[in-house]
Formats: sequence, C-alpha cells, structure tokens
Amino acid sequence: MKYVVAFGRFWWNFIVGDDWRVAAGLAVAFGLTWVLAHHGIAAWWVLPLAAVVLLVASVAREARNGG
Amino acid sequence: MSSDALLFLATFLASAVEAVEALTIVLAVGTVRGWRSTLYGVAAATVVLAAIIAALGPALSAIPISTLRLVVGALLLSFGLQWLRKAVLRAGGYKPMHDEAAAFASGRAEAGSAAASTGRVDWYSFTVAFKGVLLEGLEVAFIVIGFGSTQSRLGLAVGAAAAAVVVVVAVGVVVRGPLARVPENTLKYVVGVLLTSFGVFWGGEGAGVDWPGSDAAILAIAGFVAVVSLLLTRALRRRRQRLSLVEAEA
Repeated sequence: MKYVVAFGRFWWNFIVGDDWRVAAGLAVAFGLTWVLAHHGIAAWWVLPLAAVVLLVASVAREARNGG
Repeated sequence: MSSDALLFLATFLASAVEAVEALTIVLAVGTVRGWRSTLYGVAAATVVLAAIIAALGPALSAIPISTLRLVVGALLLSFGLQWLRKAVLRAGGYKPMHDEAAAFASGRAEAGSAAASTGRVDWYSFTVAFKGVLLEGLEVAFIVIGFGSTQSRLGLAVGAAAAAVVVVVAVGVVVRGPLARVPENTLKYVVGVLLTSFGVFWGGEGAGVDWPGSDAAILAIAGFVAVVSLLLTRALRRRRQRLSLVEAEA
C-alpha cells in the first residue's frame, strides 16, 4: 500500500508541484477557454492571462509565507 | 525565430539544466565510490528514459491532434509555471539558489558514509546514479515527447536533448567537477517562460482557440510572460530589500 501512496505522491508532485491552486486554476482556465471557443467567442486571451495571474498569485502567497 | 528554433532552444536548455544536476549526483558518487557501478546506474536510467520516449512518442500519434495538444499543452503549462515560480522566487531572494558545489559536497559526504560494497556491483552507487539520472531526466523525457508529438518533431526534440547532454558531460569531463558556474537559475527562468508559452499556445489550440497571428502568437505570449515575470521579480526584490531594512532598524 505504501508503494502505491508513494507512487501517487510522486506523480502528484511531478504534475501539480508545490501549489495545487495553480493546477486547479489552470483546469478552470482550460474549461473556460473550451466553453468560449465552442460558442464562437474569442478565447485566445484566457490562457495567457490565467498563466500570469496564477503565477503572480502563487509567488505572492509564497513570498508572504516566507517573507 | 521559428517555432522549430524555439522548440529546439526550450528542449536544449531544459535538458542542459537537468543534465547539470544529474552530472553533480553522478560525479559525487563516482568520485567517492568508483565508476563502474555508477556508470551501470547511468546506463540503466538512460535506457529506461529512451524506452519511455520510444514507446510513448509514436503511440501518441494515434491520439487526435486537438486532444493531444490540449493534454500536452496543459502538462507543459503546469511544468512551465512550476519552473518559472521557483526561478522568480530564487531571483527575488525568497528561495535559496541551487548550489551545485554544495550539492556535490553533500553527495560526496553521503556516498562516503554509506556502507561499503561487498559484491561485484556496488548497489549504493548504482541506485543513486540510476535514481538521479532517471528523476532529472523524466521531465525532459515528457518535454521531448510533448514537443515531438504535438509538432511532429520528435527527432528534433530528441536531438536537442541529446546535444545538451553531450555538451554538459563534455564540459564536466574537461573541468572534472560539478558545473557550479552555469547560471542555472537564469536558464530555468528562460525554460519556464518557453514551456509556459508553448503550453498556453498548444493548450489553447487544443481547446479550440484560433490564435491571432497564427504561430507568431508564441513569440507574443513568450514576451508577455517574460515581461510579467521580470516585473514580478523586481517587485519581490524591492519587498525583500524593504523587509531587510525594517529588520536592520528593529
């Protein structure tokens, strides 16, 4: 069992990393992009904006905790 | 700069950074405990990584391109933001810089204190070298597979990764030590920007986005991400300086 947990933890750390909120935010951004694009609404701005907003929020959170 | 050139650059730099860290681990073990078992470990990990690329690369071509781009884009974006986050925090003074000389010294100390080998194969050396190369190489393998499958440029991506490993190992052999003077954080910064940009671009295409300017949009995304990251780093440095001043006055 502990090998399964370790295996799962490895892949979680590998894909999600230190801040799960970034991964969750990306999932929301991809969902929003898909919905907008499939309703014929321009969606090119969603992912670049989401990427930098999530980066800034994650770094600011870490800086507050570490600063 | 074409998307092929950016793809080569991103894969080369990502592979170089990971190769520098793997080289430090391998050198630390090899110089203390001998080279034979250490190199067996390196060879075994290289075979596993090559097998992952050889198996997954062509297999992914059976998946519809839009689904593939969505999944690979999301993965690259997640990797890219992780690299960028660490690089920004390090450059801003909120995380210690990765120190290859310190990692080398610590690796040598651990290798020296581990139990001596009794058989023909020194399993400590084998395992440490195998794990080090495999773990450092796994992300590169996924980047190579991602770039190779979404752009149909597996050969170019594999070539870039192999070139980086050859360069790093050659320099390591020449200097006979860890590559402590490689500007690792700057490289991680650049790789983070490139992976994030490719992730946004391909992920967006996979989700149904029509990019203004077509492929040229990658450059605009990379510029946007780079500028925001640099401004963020500057803000962090200023905050760190202000906090240091307040602490000094207290």
